[in-house]
Amino acid sequence: MNVKRDIIVDTTSKKMMPIILAFGLYTMIGSKGAGGGFQGGCIIAAAFILHSLIFGFIEGRKKIPESWNTFFKSFGLHLYCGCGLLSIIASNFVAEFLNYSAFWPIANLVGTHEARAMQVELIIEVGIGITVFAAFVSMFYDLAWKDDDELEDEVIK
Amino acid sequence: MLALNLISATMILSGIFFMFLGVIGLIKLPDFYTRMHAIGKCDTMGQFLIILGFAVYEGLSFISIKLLLISVFYLFSMPAATHAIVKAAFYGGERVWKKGDQRM
Repeated sequence: MNVKRDIIVDTTSKKMMPIILAFGLYTMIGSKGAGGGFQGGCIIAAAFILHSLIFGFIEGRKKIPESWNTFFKSFGLHLYCGCGLLSIIASNFVAEFLNYSAFWPIANLVGTHEARAMQVELIIEVGIGITVFAAFVSMFYDLAWKDDDELEDEVIK
Repeated sequence: MLALNLISATMILSGIFFMFLGVIGLIKLPDFYTRMHAIGKCDTMGQFLIILGFAVYEGLSFISIKLLLISVFYLFSMPAATHAIVKAAFYGGERVWKKGDQRM
């Protein structure tokens, strides 16, 4: 099927993608109000899924290859767990695992509640968001990707 | 405070009115293209007004900034999505309804 590229869809998706990414980051970090790590990760994944829907799966896979996907999936989890381990180490093994209020250098400066809020907002939510984004993108490609012999028959532009 | 509440209530009610018109068009019109014509415009305006009304009710805070951004997204993305769906249907061979034909 030989279909001309559509200028409205192309232009809208090109202009919308960076705005969607920025909005996803804003939703991910700003936990004052609605939002959080999971929602921000979903929005960022939606930007990549939109790109590969408009420009084809091969072009989309070039933007975020499979190795990057695997790296991001484990990187977010390590960020989450490392934050909890860092709390134990920084408080001289007094705190329990994931006890953020005992995060030593910040907690002495600004107080325990603020230290917990900063850690949850900046590290935990970003870790969740990165993992969710990578998992969603890889799930989408696992469902949509075709084998190489099928791709030769049908030219995706 | 009362004025803001009245403004937001007016916005939400008019948004619901637009959505209602869109649903009537979805049920009554005879064809895929005319249904998309009704739903595309009425959904855009209705959801834009409803979310804008929520933002006015909330006042100036983090939540209302997010709501304003979402409403601007709606204004740009819904007409483009409608255009893409209709164009895909046209290239896929969906027939256009003419006067005197049966409902599809």
